[in-house]
Amino acid sequence: MAGHAGILINSKSILLQKTFRCSTMESHILGQQLVNGLALGSIYGLIAVGYTMVYGIIGMINFAHGDIYMVAAYITAICIAVLSFFGINTVAIVLLITLAVTIFIIALYGWSIERVAYKPLRNSTRLAPLISAIGVSLILQNYVQVSQGARTQAVPTMIQGAFRFGSETDFFQITYIQTLLVVVSFLSMGILTWIIQKTSLGRQCRAVQQDRKMASLLGINTDRIISTVFIMGSSMAAVAGVLVTLNYGSFDFYIGFVTGIKAFTAAVLGGIGSLPGAMLGGIILGMSESLFSGLVNTDYKDVFAFSLLVLVLIFRPSGLLGKPAVEKV
Amino acid sequence: MSEYLLEIQDVNASYGPIQALRGVSMNVREGEIVTLIGANGAGKSTLLMTIFGDPQASSGSIHYRGQEITHIPMHEISRLGIAQVPEGRRIFPGMSVEENLRMGTMPIGDTHQETDLQTMFAMFPRLKERRSQRAGTLSGGEQQMLAIGRALMSRPRLLLLDEPSLGLAPLIVRQILSSLRTIADQGTTIFLVEQNANHALKLADRGYVMVNGEIRLSGTGEELLANPEVRNAYLGGH
Ligand SMILES: Nc1ncnc2c1ncn2[C@@H]1O[C@H](COP(=O)(O)OP(=O)(O)O)[C@@H](O)[C@H]1O
Ligand SMILES: [Mg+2]
Repeated sequence: MAGHAGILINSKSILLQKTFRCSTMESHILGQQLVNGLALGSIYGLIAVGYTMVYGIIGMINFAHGDIYMVAAYITAICIAVLSFFGINTVAIVLLITLAVTIFIIALYGWSIERVAYKPLRNSTRLAPLISAIGVSLILQNYVQVSQGARTQAVPTMIQGAFRFGSETDFFQITYIQTLLVVVSFLSMGILTWIIQKTSLGRQCRAVQQDRKMASLLGINTDRIISTVFIMGSSMAAVAGVLVTLNYGSFDFYIGFVTGIKAFTAAVLGGIGSLPGAMLGGIILGMSESLFSGLVNTDYKDVFAFSLLVLVLIFRPSGLLGKPAVEKV
Repeated sequence: MSEYLLEIQDVNASYGPIQALRGVSMNVREGEIVTLIGANGAGKSTLLMTIFGDPQASSGSIHYRGQEITHIPMHEISRLGIAQVPEGRRIFPGMSVEENLRMGTMPIGDTHQETDLQTMFAMFPRLKERRSQRAGTLSGGEQQMLAIGRALMSRPRLLLLDEPSLGLAPLIVRQILSSLRTIADQGTTIFLVEQNANHALKLADRGYVMVNGEIRLSGTGEELLANPEVRNAYLGGH
């Protein structure tokens, strides 16, 4: 089974000791929760991007997107196990190959799902692709459950060690894997933003989003651009799947639902349709959820997250960065 | 190659049960300015969109440079050398003026992009001043100039314009019409749809009059301007 092939890489890491002291116990907890929140928020942001881009370009909420991310977690585990089987254990190489393979396969998933389940319904009622998306979501969950088993999967820790801040007794830490997670997330979001803002392909995506018929009059193959958007959104979910698997180490066929709903919340929080909004919404949601569970109560963190959403929607219905009907990508 | 750059033969087109075009035949020769006038709802915009295949002609045919284009997908039409400045301008509001212009080069690639951008800025200096401004914040006249500039960026052989004067002040209308004259003089063939019959017929070599989805009259600009039916219906009887 994936993940049990057993590669355990003990990086002989030297813990970085920082010498400054923080005065109270709370400040360490605060620091630790901020770090954890940033990591969680990056994952939400990466997934939220897919919801927001698809919504921006065809006005539908792709309910299967969370499950795409779930499939990515499984592919990551399989990939790591296969590489380990062939004796490839170098962290950087395993990481790069796993990222590349997962992105490729997940992009293919995203592309095919759009082709098979959404494109034929493009000119029917708004509800039809939504229902189709729920169907795809169920199919993915069941197909993974049947083929991979219902129990929770575990992946061995590949990178151990952490940067520590504080004294020997009072400290908070950023693990190397969290650092990697945040860096790779921001890098991916940066690359995506650059593509959308600066390249001809990105301009075409924005054109299709702002006025599909005009884009078509100007010679843009809008079907191709819509496919591309699904590929880009799925790729980001693939990155999230790889990072989550490496960081948290365990997952099951149901993670797509909970994380998907959270990421969707992040997209709405930031302003659905807005790319920077999705990233910002993800970070804010992750941070505040983490702070709340660290400082107040873990059991109610989901209630808190959704309350935050409700408040934003009451006072800023189009989300933090949303400018409805004008600039959505 | 046929005698006509654009030849529309006996075209019918509908939106569901509503028939918008009824047996429309008309043509445009290379180098001409041809205008189509008609009241609101006559089917003028539908005709321009039918050339791009949406709605598609249910019968009849459309030829461009001798090639039948009736069933060619919309996004491939512009690559043949036809550009449209559609009704309502349809600039991309969230993009800058410069990005809007760059979008226009899609059909031909970006080989001439920088040169043509400067040409557009020379033709419409207002756009140059506002090149980094969001296009949605432009005035109506500026948006129209932008829509025309964007269309020209594809170096079209045939330029279709749908009511470019709609809602603009008389001074701006004159500016737009004079730039159309310049564009025509530089060798682009123009097919201009207008309700503003007076201006359009003065500019055009030939014209057609559309009523309820049918071509009612055709003739040279002068003939139509002198025609009592046209004068009563479209020129307020003056
Ligand atoms: N998208 C549409 N759906 C249904 N009917 C339409 C649509 N667009 C135009 N029509 C109808 O087709 C007819 C012709 O419209 P149009 O071509 O826009 O006229 P014009 O441009 O001359 O004002 C009108 O009766 C109009 O109501
Ligand atoms: Mg019209």
